[in-house]
Amino acid sequence: MTALTREETQALIQEVLEVYPDKAKKDRAKHLAVNDPSVEQSKKCITSNRKSLPGVMTIRGCAYAGSKGVVWGPIKDMIHISHGPVGCGAYSRAGRRNYYVGHTGVNTFGTMNFTSDFQEKDIVFGGDKKLAKLIDEINELFPLVKGISVQSECPIGLIGDDIEAVSKKKGKELDKPIVPVRCEGFRGVSQSLGHHIANDAIRDWVIGNRDGDPTFQTTPYDVAVIGDYNIGGDAWASRILLEEMGLRVVAQWSGDGTLAEMELTPKVKLNLIHCYRSMNYISRFMEEKYGIPWMEYNFFGPTKIAESLRKIAAFFDETIQANAEKVIAKYEAEYSAIIAKYRPRLEGKRVMLYVGGLRPRHVVGAYEDLGMEVVGTGYEFAHNDDYDRTMKEMGEATLLYDDVTGYEFEEFVKRVKPDLIGSGVKEKYIFQKMGVPFRQMHSWDYSGPYHGYDGFAIFARDMDMTVNNPCWNSMQAPWLKPAEGETEVKKLAASA
Amino acid sequence: MPNVMIRKNDAGDLLFYVAKKDMEETIASVETDTSETWGGEVVLTDGSRWYIDPISPPPVFPTTLRFKRGDE
Ligand code: SF4
Repeated sequence: MTALTREETQALIQEVLEVYPDKAKKDRAKHLAVNDPSVEQSKKCITSNRKSLPGVMTIRGCAYAGSKGVVWGPIKDMIHISHGPVGCGAYSRAGRRNYYVGHTGVNTFGTMNFTSDFQEKDIVFGGDKKLAKLIDEINELFPLVKGISVQSECPIGLIGDDIEAVSKKKGKELDKPIVPVRCEGFRGVSQSLGHHIANDAIRDWVIGNRDGDPTFQTTPYDVAVIGDYNIGGDAWASRILLEEMGLRVVAQWSGDGTLAEMELTPKVKLNLIHCYRSMNYISRFMEEKYGIPWMEYNFFGPTKIAESLRKIAAFFDETIQANAEKVIAKYEAEYSAIIAKYRPRLEGKRVMLYVGGLRPRHVVGAYEDLGMEVVGTGYEFAHNDDYDRTMKEMGEATLLYDDVTGYEFEEFVKRVKPDLIGSGVKEKYIFQKMGVPFRQMHSWDYSGPYHGYDGFAIFARDMDMTVNNPCWNSMQAPWLKPAEGETEVKKLAASA
Repeated sequence: MPNVMIRKNDAGDLLFYVAKKDMEETIASVETDTSETWGGEVVLTDGSRWYIDPISPPPVFPTTLRFKRGDE
């Protein structure tokens, strides 16, 4: 199918909206748009970060997911208590595949689940005592833990527990940072507020810890990688490029990160942000308080990597700038070979994305490097500033959908007929059953890394593996297939 | 009277960021912007007007300041 024109896309949106009652139609209409790359301010054509409509299937998560799952969870040498009933933490345990090195259960705790397991009596009588006991238990069982964060689940805010008081008291007793985080799931409209709350907690309880402590030896080339969660090893694949350039990566936030790294971040020269949405708050804070500039970069696909490496190098002296060129040259043979191998197999394939913080716009370049085209994109929990950045990346008349509902997404796919969909695990099986190739783009479908040059090779292989998988020709049930003779003819015709 | 963080973007323009409202706009004009004073009425590119009592000497950006809505 050829690309839709602006009018056709507009008509498609109208058609999809048709089934809604008037009020819902009016509300959803604001979240769907046809892209126009020349528009500077996204708020004129798309509304985002609003409450999801009751009754629709939304794909969003909660504030607790944003704080525990995204920002705090990967900090490996701290224990993050899912404070409240057991489910929130148990069902999300280790699902994000943020890799780390260490001995789990000894000095790192990433894939373990700690919960206060609230019962009825804790809701009735309050859970502060239980929390205090839990903190003591943790410290006794895991003496190497560097700190503890208390990630509130919904009931904590509802019953009015004073986790701050408990944290302060226990923190003094144990002489370790104990961070209360007020990220009850009901706060805000999506996981996005959870990111913000988590950033604020880091600001209040972690960032200033080493102010006025000059013992850390700094260099003029210190940087921090912010908002890379090391999904399948992403941060490692990014870090090596920075190090080859001659920079020193002092901290990784928060994939494979530690408490000490976070505490040292105010001493770096430049903050490099990959996921703007989840960690711009802390970067803005560090810029204001410590005068550390920050910049957004993109390590998906060779075009964007080269662009980003040069942009990063521009903050430093000529040696680093020369090194950046060297790094790009060093990997050129490698990524050219990847493109030569996969581009012919993927050229012209059309992709629809619906993901979270940065991928709906960041991966566009990587697909383009492979000759693929992103024809629709959307975010679960973006804000205006994300769409400002997205509209420039996307082509004319492509679809934009904010907080898309299950129904809308299916209808769009039926009409746009993409060759590949990149979204989350909740959407995966629906589309696979519809016969559309699908990649889970939150945790890279058990693959990765996708960042950096090394990651691009894996990315290209995975996309080829999915799009050109022979299984998609076997989607029709045998009894629905035409009679023997006919099939042969059709198959031959299709493959010709 | 929201708290506004003012910072410079790569192009050297001033950005007006209200974390609570999740709003980031470019500043189009500032009433007084001299080497001694900064402030007065501030107009953003989306047309909205804000006010801050002139500050002297001018603040060092990025910084957080309290603004009033222009129509108050
Ligand atoms: S919304 Fe509340 S109950 Fe549900 S997962 Fe989030 S914190 Fe837990």
